[in-house]
Amino acid sequence: MLELRYINKAYAENRQVLCNLSFALKSGEYVAIMGESGVGKSTLLNLVAGLDKPDSGEVLIEGIEISRLDDEAVTLLRRQVFGFIFQAFHVLPHLTLSQNIALPLLLNHISDDRVNKMLAEVGLQGRGDHFPRQLSGGELQRVAIARALVHRPKLVLADEPTGNLDPDTAHDVLQLMRDEIKRNGASGILVTHSHAAAATADRVLILTKQGLQPAEKVKSI
Amino acid sequence: MKAASLTTWLLLSEWRARFVQLIVAVMAIALGVALGFSIHLINTAAFNEFSAASKSLSGQSDLQVYGTRGLFDESLYPRLAQYEGVKLANPVLEFTAIVPDKLESRNNHKLRILGIDMFRAANMSPDLLGVPAEDKLMDGLADDAIFLSPAAKEWLQVRQGDILRLNVGMQSIALRVAGGLTRARAGQRVAIMDIGAAQWHFQYLGLLSRIELKLDAGVRHAIFKEKLQKELGAQFFVAEIVDQEARVANMSRAYRVNLNMLALVALFTGAFLVFSTQALSVIRRRSQFALLRVLGFTQRQLLRQMVMEGFVLGAIGSLAGLAVGYSFAALAIKLLGGDLGSGFFPGIQPSLYLSPIAALVYFFVGLGVTLLGSILPVLEAVRARPAVVLKPGSQDSAMERLSTPWPAMICLSAGILSTQLPPIHELPVFGYLAIALLLIGGISLMPRFAVWAFSFWMRIVNGFISRGRLNAVSLMIFARLANAPNQASIALSGVLASFSLMVAMAIMVLSFRVSVDNWLEYVLPADLYVRAADSGNQGGFQSVEQQIMTALPGFARIDFFRVQQLVLDPNRPEITLFARPIDNANPGNTLPLIGEMMEQTQWPKDSRPLWVSEAMVDLYGYTVGKQVMIPIGNMLREFTVVGIWRDYGRQFGAVQMQLSDYQMLSNDLSINTVALWLQSQTTMTDAYATLQQLPFSDALEITQSQAIRAKSLEIFDRSFAVTYLLEVIAVVIGLLGVAASFSAQTLARKNEFGMLRHIGVTRRQILAMLAAEGTLLTLLGVAIGFMLGWAISLILIFIVNPQSFHWTMQLHMPWSWLILIAGILLVSASMTALTAGRRAVSANVIRAVKEDW
Repeated sequence: MLELRYINKAYAENRQVLCNLSFALKSGEYVAIMGESGVGKSTLLNLVAGLDKPDSGEVLIEGIEISRLDDEAVTLLRRQVFGFIFQAFHVLPHLTLSQNIALPLLLNHISDDRVNKMLAEVGLQGRGDHFPRQLSGGELQRVAIARALVHRPKLVLADEPTGNLDPDTAHDVLQLMRDEIKRNGASGILVTHSHAAAATADRVLILTKQGLQPAEKVKSI
Repeated sequence: MKAASLTTWLLLSEWRARFVQLIVAVMAIALGVALGFSIHLINTAAFNEFSAASKSLSGQSDLQVYGTRGLFDESLYPRLAQYEGVKLANPVLEFTAIVPDKLESRNNHKLRILGIDMFRAANMSPDLLGVPAEDKLMDGLADDAIFLSPAAKEWLQVRQGDILRLNVGMQSIALRVAGGLTRARAGQRVAIMDIGAAQWHFQYLGLLSRIELKLDAGVRHAIFKEKLQKELGAQFFVAEIVDQEARVANMSRAYRVNLNMLALVALFTGAFLVFSTQALSVIRRRSQFALLRVLGFTQRQLLRQMVMEGFVLGAIGSLAGLAVGYSFAALAIKLLGGDLGSGFFPGIQPSLYLSPIAALVYFFVGLGVTLLGSILPVLEAVRARPAVVLKPGSQDSAMERLSTPWPAMICLSAGILSTQLPPIHELPVFGYLAIALLLIGGISLMPRFAVWAFSFWMRIVNGFISRGRLNAVSLMIFARLANAPNQASIALSGVLASFSLMVAMAIMVLSFRVSVDNWLEYVLPADLYVRAADSGNQGGFQSVEQQIMTALPGFARIDFFRVQQLVLDPNRPEITLFARPIDNANPGNTLPLIGEMMEQTQWPKDSRPLWVSEAMVDLYGYTVGKQVMIPIGNMLREFTVVGIWRDYGRQFGAVQMQLSDYQMLSNDLSINTVALWLQSQTTMTDAYATLQQLPFSDALEITQSQAIRAKSLEIFDRSFAVTYLLEVIAVVIGLLGVAASFSAQTLARKNEFGMLRHIGVTRRQILAMLAAEGTLLTLLGVAIGFMLGWAISLILIFIVNPQSFHWTMQLHMPWSWLILIAGILLVSASMTALTAGRRAVSANVIRAVKEDW
């Protein structure tokens, strides 16, 4: 589904963030990526999403090398293939919950029949006409999850999705996220600092200067 | 850390963050204050100078006696000179003479001349004494001598010893410039002659304009004045200097008030811009304020902070306004004169005086307006509950109170009610109040209108979306406009105010112009008009000249007019009397009649018909059917008002009567204007040639009606050019405000755009979305602005103008101009939104979604 080959990425003042990083994600797999702050977790996610370009190396989504595509093509690809869940929710305040969730469907010219089903799946049945200001943080993240999965993306990218939530709500949201990713047959990458969050993934990888390592290996070192 | 330094930090950080927006708001306030202050300075300077100049001609008299018809018989003079309580009586003959060399400049060809008794004037008004050459000390009494003020000498391009030619009826007389005056005010054009010589040369034998009285010490002026007035009767009126000042003030009051109102309008627009700037600033910083509150900033501290921001804005704007206003006033007086070309204060050269009190008043007006514009945003900031504000999406509920329609509805209702109220002291106070209330109410309803309009469209869009005909971008555009209208509407409020006023002014000015044009066509039906200088109390054309004119070949019709000034009320300016042939059976053929009228069959048998201008109805209560007394031939004569005519030429009133009636009652057979209609085969060149062959052609002022019309419309356009300029400036500032507001709002939405870019919305789609939002919102603003402007124009046309100047006009819509302005506004707003959008989408998409606020 996703393959990263020998990725190198440096920022200003020659600060090398990713060095010869390679990684593959199978279809239907849900992976958590952990690591210290500044090690490049978010950079990795942005490269995967085509929002940033590597200095060298290749990012392949279903065999398509996205770093060679122009902005328009990457945007269209992202629209179809990806779902995003952010730490700060980023739900449009002037759209109702249904409209927020329907956005990816409309962008992809797909019927919005699935909106109510998704609302029900994330536990917000009957609240489609509500506005985001009427919701709690946990509920907002549920909307974001529904939006990320409503158009059946192949890959869901979640960057610290529970960073703004209390532990109980975070637990619920993580569980829901995993269930939804699995139910929709998508793959997922969860970037987090939280061990509890990472524990919901199929496997946990730690990003270090040496690249992505299985958590067990890092622990033993 | 002291609270004061925190206040300064917050203030400076806000200025750094939104420098352009705040500068635009400061500019708007500065413009309003500058206009108001400069107009005040110009008016005060002109009024003071005019008043001082008038006083200087009246010397040190306690009282003055005038004839109600103008000139009166000098036999009154010895009577007053011996009147008990009178210390000194000074007879004065004051008139204007036509300078033949200046005939080409239609409104600037007359010289004011005062005939005085040198011996009495030496005690009463020594400044007016002529200063003869050292070897000709008796010139003060010479019958060919005239003394000129420096300004008159300069205007006439003459020096001591030169000959000055002046027209008297069909004659031209030569006077010797014998010297200057003891003292004259700068710019004051006046000439002095011996009273006997003036009466003789200018055919005013036995006539005086006024008698100035110096009373004995201890005589109480008010009692003496009342007693004398009673004795002299209705043919005379006794006045004090203060009466004269009041009369001058009355003459120009409506003009001055209207100019001041125009300045206030600019300031008012500025207030809306301040409101929009401050409101958006508060919305943007809500979470910052909430954080400050959480950290322990009290409500009172927050209130102080916000008021301080408004205060600084207002203070800088007002100070800048005072400086600009003073410079503008100095420049305007230098270039246009004290009356800005309106002709209210002729023949004076005012100098600017910076009054600290006036400066303070305008400073505080600017400051007050700024703080007024800040009130709602400040209350919003202070009242917001931190817990609610810190929730995501809460910014859309900011300024929610604006969505409540009741205050706006109350404003609109009060505005409509105000239109029904009468003027106060002949000023349309309630008319202007209605305009202000209509603007406030209309603009306050903007968010509500946005919700109504865009919710309606939203329903249609939803239908299209469900059928797969529209995309996500359409959904986001209409959802934002329908569900979050406050911020966008606030951004538009400044430009909405200026656009509405511009629409109103455009409709009013065009209506006025078309009405004036139609009126000119009506009142100038002849091809040529010929005038001659008056000969004393008589018109320039005596019977002989009239017969010669009647016999002229090449003309199809010739009408004679007798025009003169009358005083009906000593506290008001003179009215104009026109005596001319009028078709009794169908007076509408001759006069631009309006409203009700009496048919000839209804006229009372024992009374003569009189047609009065609209101003006569307002100022003197001369309604149709009323019997009125008009002073004709030293007697009050009864007339019946049988019709009302429109007159844009004389705002203080005019009456028209049959020439035959006038001649019968006055025994004055002279006339001063001749209207000539060319025969079809006569060319204008032939007509001129015929007139120039007349033996008295040198004394004639010949004008084509087309030239008078063109000149009148040119003056009209020139006097309104300043208005247009001011309105354009107000709209440009409003647009700058919109640009700054749109830009700030778009940048504030970078998180939203970041998220949209993540989920696959292209840059082009975001730009299209922003352009569409800007265009749709501006379209709504234009529609509301147009409706508001139209309503305001109705108030200007049907309330403010009639109450200020006593004339009415018909409504005419400048469609092409309005469409052009609306188009420019629409394109500017869309381009602004697009430019702001480009900056926003070029921001770091990745960082945008990382930021909470």
